[in-house]
Amino acid sequence: MSLLGKLSLDAVPYHEPIIMVTLAAIAVGGLALLAILTKYKAWGMLWNNWITSVDHKRLGIMYIVVAMIMLVRGFADAIMMRTQLALATNGATGYLPPEHYDQIFSAHGVIMIIFMAMPFMIGLMNIVVPLQIGARDVAFPFLNNLSFWLTASGAVLINISLGVGEFARTGWVAYPPLSELTYSPGVGVDYYIWALQISGLGTLLTGVNFLVTVFKMRAPGMKLMQIPVFTWACTWANILIVASFPILTATLGLLTLDRYLDFHFFTNEAGGNAMMYINLFWAWGHPEVYILVLPAFGIFSEIVATFSSKKLFGYTSMIMANGAISILGFIVWLHHFFTMGSGANVNAFFGVMTMIIAVPTGVKLFNWIFTMFRGKVRITVPMLWTLGAMTTFTIGGMTGVLLAVPGADFVLHNSLFLIAHFHNTIIGGAVFGYLAGFSYWFPKATGFKLNAKYGKAAFWCWQIGFYVAFMPLYVLGFLGMTRRLNHTDNPDWNIWLYIACVGAFIILLGIIFQFTQLYVSIRDRKQNLDTTGDPWGARTLEWSTASPPQFYNFAKTPEVHSIDAFMEAKENGTAYAKQAEYAPIHMPKNTSAGVLMGAALTVMGFALIWHIWWLAIVGFVGTIGIFIVRAYNTDVDYYVQPDEVKRIEEAHLKNVAEVAA
Amino acid sequence: MFIRSLSKVALAAMVLFLAGCEGGVLDPKGHVGLQEKNLIIVATVLMLLVVVPVIFMTLFFAWKYREGRDELYMPKWAHSNKIETIVWIVPIIIIVILGTITWKTTHELDPYRPLDHERDHLTVEVVSLNWKWLFIYPEQGIATVNELVFPKDVPVQFKITSDSTMNSFFIPQLGSQIYSMAGMETKLHLIANEAGTFDGMSANYSGAGFTGMKFKATATPTDADFNNWVASVKSNNAVLNSQSYDELAKPSENNPVQYYGAVQDGLFHQIVMKYMQHYNDWGKGGNEHGEHQGHGSTEAAEPSMHIMHHDSSSAVEHAKANGEA
Repeated sequence: MSLLGKLSLDAVPYHEPIIMVTLAAIAVGGLALLAILTKYKAWGMLWNNWITSVDHKRLGIMYIVVAMIMLVRGFADAIMMRTQLALATNGATGYLPPEHYDQIFSAHGVIMIIFMAMPFMIGLMNIVVPLQIGARDVAFPFLNNLSFWLTASGAVLINISLGVGEFARTGWVAYPPLSELTYSPGVGVDYYIWALQISGLGTLLTGVNFLVTVFKMRAPGMKLMQIPVFTWACTWANILIVASFPILTATLGLLTLDRYLDFHFFTNEAGGNAMMYINLFWAWGHPEVYILVLPAFGIFSEIVATFSSKKLFGYTSMIMANGAISILGFIVWLHHFFTMGSGANVNAFFGVMTMIIAVPTGVKLFNWIFTMFRGKVRITVPMLWTLGAMTTFTIGGMTGVLLAVPGADFVLHNSLFLIAHFHNTIIGGAVFGYLAGFSYWFPKATGFKLNAKYGKAAFWCWQIGFYVAFMPLYVLGFLGMTRRLNHTDNPDWNIWLYIACVGAFIILLGIIFQFTQLYVSIRDRKQNLDTTGDPWGARTLEWSTASPPQFYNFAKTPEVHSIDAFMEAKENGTAYAKQAEYAPIHMPKNTSAGVLMGAALTVMGFALIWHIWWLAIVGFVGTIGIFIVRAYNTDVDYYVQPDEVKRIEEAHLKNVAEVAA
Repeated sequence: MFIRSLSKVALAAMVLFLAGCEGGVLDPKGHVGLQEKNLIIVATVLMLLVVVPVIFMTLFFAWKYREGRDELYMPKWAHSNKIETIVWIVPIIIIVILGTITWKTTHELDPYRPLDHERDHLTVEVVSLNWKWLFIYPEQGIATVNELVFPKDVPVQFKITSDSTMNSFFIPQLGSQIYSMAGMETKLHLIANEAGTFDGMSANYSGAGFTGMKFKATATPTDADFNNWVASVKSNNAVLNSQSYDELAKPSENNPVQYYGAVQDGLFHQIVMKYMQHYNDWGKGGNEHGEHQGHGSTEAAEPSMHIMHHDSSSAVEHAKANGEA
């Protein structure tokens, strides 16, 4: 037994030019970043203002930064797959051998769902939810910081797998027995397990944190049915997180026991049963897709109301629809495997339950439509994303209901039709929603607006690219092409594979425009400052603060009497009211415990992956130790004095008055 | 008017597409696949009843009520019982209809249900291996690798298992697929109503050689053609017994077609039951143990293990429910 477990220099894939070039690029980029940080003496700023921050707004921004980086990584995987399949037709083998290609599609799925979509969603939730309910922060600010660093820890592990060892070659679902030691003896599945396990813990803590926040920390007067609709959507998502993520934790735990301690929960032999894993995985996995999409629905609701300059149509039925989707989302998991041999009654039950979800989803679409009805619709970038999603997601919903019919699923299951369907809903629903929310709340979080020209260009490339890339996959599904093929040999499929590849490159343009937009907007930020805090004429409380919001959010906790609290205040003339006096504000102090615990858990995860037992113990004991030290630290809070509050508030009110004049 | 012409164009495009579709699930060559194709079309048309208005209204309202146009503006209007009733009721009606269709067709198209046909089912035992398909014809006493032949207009019963990871047995032009899983037997009933050669594959990713896990399924025009094929396979000297099976089960990629002129009795049963043996016996000589195990001492010594397996396997349970086990 070596001191380094299974780890040796052979773990670095020197012979893979694609990986080595990527690693070299990351190394150069990373060194450049370090140099810039050092040159501008930004290390202290980075540590004090960001890494150790417990401010929900800053954590939100950091989540979105992680999501953007992971989007690039996940999309690089996507474009490699599409080009591979466009080249490897007519029996050609393409440029990616199976051992590499199989890791790419597994990593693509895990990264896009767990490390792109989830952090993006949680980032927006972090920035917006406390502001919308008139709270100064989340219920447990330190826990919030820890959650972020656990997510980051998972992201770090999955990216280490690129250069040290390998990633899983099992697909993102890691079904046993393929993911068992017999068939996957390498470290790939272990990277999968620990990356998901550690980040999943972070997500679970986020869910708990935000549920407590929403239920205990609402502004005085805000009844449950006056909570802004995005916060409601996130609350349903958090209920789903709290109910479903423990299932993932347990399932991965059982797989860990199988792989590390010779248990046989899911193996072929000795009484194991893989069907158990598949059921458990989707008992988490199906609610997970609603966790992704419900907040996006909430974002559309906010945006449609704001940019139609009109109250949201059917607020109550919107909340009820969210609730119905959340509850039904737990009793449909079997539709992921109608083909596993269940009886007709079981299949039919889960099929019908699944299609019932289409009803509340359809209601939401109609509510958005009737919000625009007799409104004044401003076609801004957030509104474009929303309209794009409303049309695109509808098609994805339709193909989803089709897949929910077992008789249809028997021929469409695991085909490219399925791939087209879930990209249609996850891109056309969730990702469009996050990008809509990104451009909508960007001025709130940063204090300046995004460049609209590049925003529109990004939108159109994504929108058109999506159709060009994924409609051919529906066709290919009908033509009998199944997923995860490394190369093809069917001339009828070629043309569609070429078109899909072109689509991927159009989406690439969209992503390039997205980053150009960021660059141009940051460069020209002085011209696009949002000095009022309410750049869109919006309706909910987050817009009553400055942009970026005061670090304590609200100098005085607002009183709420209606759904659109800020709109009401503007109409009554009580918005921007000067306070005679300010009270001291109780605030949490920054802490390094979160990042240190995240680092220790990363070490533990890495050590467990490579069977370096002593280091795993060090990581684990370190994590617990840091937590204990933090638990005994009583110096965790401070007061902002009234004169400082007064100074900040008056500066903001002066800005508002200047714009109004 | 606009929407009407648009839907005409869409319909024409769909018809063109459907007509041009060769070799996929929309070009079925058997009764099961045909029913599934019709089901897909009916369900899609039903859903378009809501989907088309939603997409149209989204774009139309966004255009009609865009800023700067002199349309009616009602910023406080946010509730209407009439509209809310319609937007709940219409989707509910469509889902009730679709749900009824789903319930009925799920039972009719249950892969485990033998097909209603005047002729008896031909039985083929299917084993997914890393990375190839083994087909055993118990009635004919032959076996093939990566080639499946049966006469047209004769229903075929597939008994399916795996001796490695999970795969999915799928011939798109004939209809349904079903998973193959080690230690379990799943069932699938298909029929070809036209003669021809169809692509068969695994639809569930199973590791490095997955892409090459393809086979050709041929429906012969007559029984005589099928019998001739059986005779030609029979003339092969290769015998599939425990030893040659162990050799075959070793991982290989893009395996060529192979024929076995004779098959050891009960081999398929042995492959399924191999995973039932006591763990202490596992890996001590592979298949010989499985052989004893099927009817022998291990089973008697460890009855509880068997019971647990049968109970936890919905596939086996299901087969029992159908009176097939």
